[in-house]
Amino acid sequence: MTTTTTTETPVLTATGVTMRFGGLTAVRAVDLSVHPHEIVGLIGPNGAGKTTFFNCLTGLYVPTSGKVAYKNTTLPPKPHLVAKAGIARTFQNIRLFANMTVLENVLVGHHTRTKEGLFAALLRGPAFHRAEKASTQRAQELLEFTGLTPKADHLARNLPYGEQRKLEIARALAGDPGLLLLDEPTAGMNPQETRATQQLVFAIRDQGTAVLVIEHDMRFIFNLCDRVAVLVQGEKLTEGTTDAVQADERVIAAYLGTPFEGAPGADEIAEVEAAEAAETAGAAENAETATPPDTVARPEDNQ
Amino acid sequence: MTTPTPTETTPVIPLPLTTARIITAAGAALTILSTFLAWTWTTAFPGNLTVTGYPGGLQILTLIGGILTLAFTLSAWRTPGLTWLTPTGGNNATAYLAAGTLATTWYTLIAIADQLGGLANLEPGGYIAAATTLTALLGALAHPIDRRTAASLPQHGRLHTGALGKALHGIYRTVRPGRTPRPLRPARPLPAWAEILIIAAAFGIALYTVTYGIDTEYGELFTGFLILVSFAAAALFKAGLIARLATLTNKHRNISIAAAFAAAAAFPFTQSTDQYTLIAVNILIFATVALGLNVVVGLAGLLDLGYVAFLGVGAYTAALVSGSTASTLDVHFPFWAAALTGAAASLVFGVIIGAPTLRLRGDYLAIVTLGFGEIFRITVENLDGNSGPSVTNGPNGIPNIPDLVLFGYSFGTPHDVAGTTLTPFANYYLLMLLITILVVLVFSRAGNSRIGRAWIAIREDETAATASGINSFRLKLLAFALGATLAGLAGTVQAHVTSTAVPEQYVFAGPVPPNSAFLLAAVILGGMGTISGPLLGAALLYLIPAKLQFLQDYQLLAFGLALILLMRLRPEGIIPNRRQQLEYHDTGQLDVPDRDLPPGTVGVTKAGA
Repeated sequence: MTTTTTTETPVLTATGVTMRFGGLTAVRAVDLSVHPHEIVGLIGPNGAGKTTFFNCLTGLYVPTSGKVAYKNTTLPPKPHLVAKAGIARTFQNIRLFANMTVLENVLVGHHTRTKEGLFAALLRGPAFHRAEKASTQRAQELLEFTGLTPKADHLARNLPYGEQRKLEIARALAGDPGLLLLDEPTAGMNPQETRATQQLVFAIRDQGTAVLVIEHDMRFIFNLCDRVAVLVQGEKLTEGTTDAVQADERVIAAYLGTPFEGAPGADEIAEVEAAEAAETAGAAENAETATPPDTVARPEDNQ
Repeated sequence: MTTPTPTETTPVIPLPLTTARIITAAGAALTILSTFLAWTWTTAFPGNLTVTGYPGGLQILTLIGGILTLAFTLSAWRTPGLTWLTPTGGNNATAYLAAGTLATTWYTLIAIADQLGGLANLEPGGYIAAATTLTALLGALAHPIDRRTAASLPQHGRLHTGALGKALHGIYRTVRPGRTPRPLRPARPLPAWAEILIIAAAFGIALYTVTYGIDTEYGELFTGFLILVSFAAAALFKAGLIARLATLTNKHRNISIAAAFAAAAAFPFTQSTDQYTLIAVNILIFATVALGLNVVVGLAGLLDLGYVAFLGVGAYTAALVSGSTASTLDVHFPFWAAALTGAAASLVFGVIIGAPTLRLRGDYLAIVTLGFGEIFRITVENLDGNSGPSVTNGPNGIPNIPDLVLFGYSFGTPHDVAGTTLTPFANYYLLMLLITILVVLVFSRAGNSRIGRAWIAIREDETAATASGINSFRLKLLAFALGATLAGLAGTVQAHVTSTAVPEQYVFAGPVPPNSAFLLAAVILGGMGTISGPLLGAALLYLIPAKLQFLQDYQLLAFGLALILLMRLRPEGIIPNRRQQLEYHDTGQLDVPDRDLPPGTVGVTKAGA
């Protein structure tokens, strides 16, 4: 179903990822691949297993079976090794280092791309200063990119909500990832902020980082993504272009449910509505003369 | 807790401002004069307060308090030549100083009456001092001082029972001390040499104050000193002088650090006997170990309740290789080798204990380290040749550790240097100071680097830290091992200072610091994640029990009460770290949404871990 006809090695290949918690299979044999320069959406109703799937991809969960590969290299299920390989992520509930400054948060994101150890820090040789300077410069570039430069010295906890989301993205980008996983990046945002996030994700893609995004805002997803995968009850229902997914009846059914067998037809609905209208009119006429019905039990009578 | 509270600038006692200033100034001036009168008739109360015309003992503290109150009152009055004292331009410093002078004076008078049996033992001079300090305080309260608005006070309900509780609460509700700092007036530009002179003067005053505190000869004087210093420190903070000095020390960082250590190194030269130098060297050992613990607790956020064991490993290693007659090893290492061996042994123990336990988080880690701390002590007690192999002499420990000789310089004998005699403990004090400098250097350099940031990130949110590519287990082990090494290094000196190593020194909680509970308390009291915090906390926690003999029986009780009060009133410690200070700068911004996530949300748990 993949519409991208790229010959590049995919940045992400998940094959048969299954995550079982006791008797509950949260994710069942999901295959997904993401190619460079691609924005892929992952949608599904609440509880479909999207975030669990993300946690399997990033090593926070050890999948029961299946494997995850980055550029054809199988990843061990250790979060720091996944980050080192080149997959960065943000969290559904913002998880910043609240008592560090904005700049320090981004510097921590750069941790895996630098090597200076304890002895370098204690001896403070020229190499150490060079590395610190380079890290700071990279972090400042990212703050510029996300528009957080004026807030560089603020504590992360004191940023407004939308900027905290941006900072999480900046921190993830500081690891120079080939693939960025965004878990509901626009949750709780107003339309302006959502549009700004959309521009930001495009800019990230244009810089050469593929993006896999979970989101409930369908307009956001369908504006943004090249391809959308739908996860329902832990299984991948379908995957394809935004148009194909939007038109897919199974997707609509998963979100809205299907009409049941004995569903009322149009005539019956009209009949019921007419009857209700007549009743309301009659009630309005009687309202002036009629006393309030005594049969209505007041709450205290129920005691 | 840290959000700025709404403040207003109104006097507690409504009086015209000029009247208030005259009353305060007059009160302070008369306080100064009253210290030259006799306060009591007998020399039975220590410090000789009987001589008219010559203040002694606690009267000197009142005198200093009075002088400071007068100076700050005149400064707030814009007296030419004194305005530099209050860069914030507020009157709170005056109020704090007047309150401190009153507290010290009244404490003195009450102590006299209590010790000698009744108010009859006070001479008129004492009553005059009481009245003048009260006048100065009432005058200060009639100044427009920054305080919280009545509406912003928390409603406490009916918890305040008892006359004292009601009275204290009433005073608090009337005065409503504010917490929001005022902005500083712009500083007048000074030439660099003048700034450096100011820094030198500040450290000189600090050295004098600390030396005075350590040298106090009786408990009453120490209590009075502590009261006055606390209020004066609060006043200097409110006046903005501390902030101004901090700008200067940041500007001349290296000079300031050098000045600080020069002041510390000057201490033994002010002493002629060993009595107080011993206290000072013990404070340094305690403070250095607390600073090492601050790497583990303050930076990496690992609650280690058995930290004193690493000090013990260092001390025992040094004792074993010291050539002591009681040592089971028949070797005598030079000190540098003994120090390295001690640090290395601690490092090994740190890794051995850390590797299995650091997979735990939070409370579980605390419990396991507490256990390991006790295991160390019990093991040492059992390695006596009967219950186990003969290594440590069991509960008897290793006595007769010989004095150090470094480059032909014997630490056990007095030396004449620059006209003063350096006693044996003074020698050890200077050696320990070198180790303290080393630990401060390690702490600040490690903390302000890629590694330090990773530690803080782990402390803040371990899951997010690992997702950012931090190998949290390795870095936690590194913090644990570094902390252990620093404690082991301090332990090697401690063994020589005390000249014995016995298991009772290394318990979880005991009468003599350092022990694990007091080490942790020093870090929390002083301020986690800072350098000066644990140093100050350790000094206070060592000096207070050492000076106030009557507290000995109630020490742990008082200590517990103090911690509860601290957690209620100032959870960030006496010296909050930079990050917590930053919270004051950004006002009116949103807080992080509730960080207690429901279970099962993103990455809260790790399957199979």
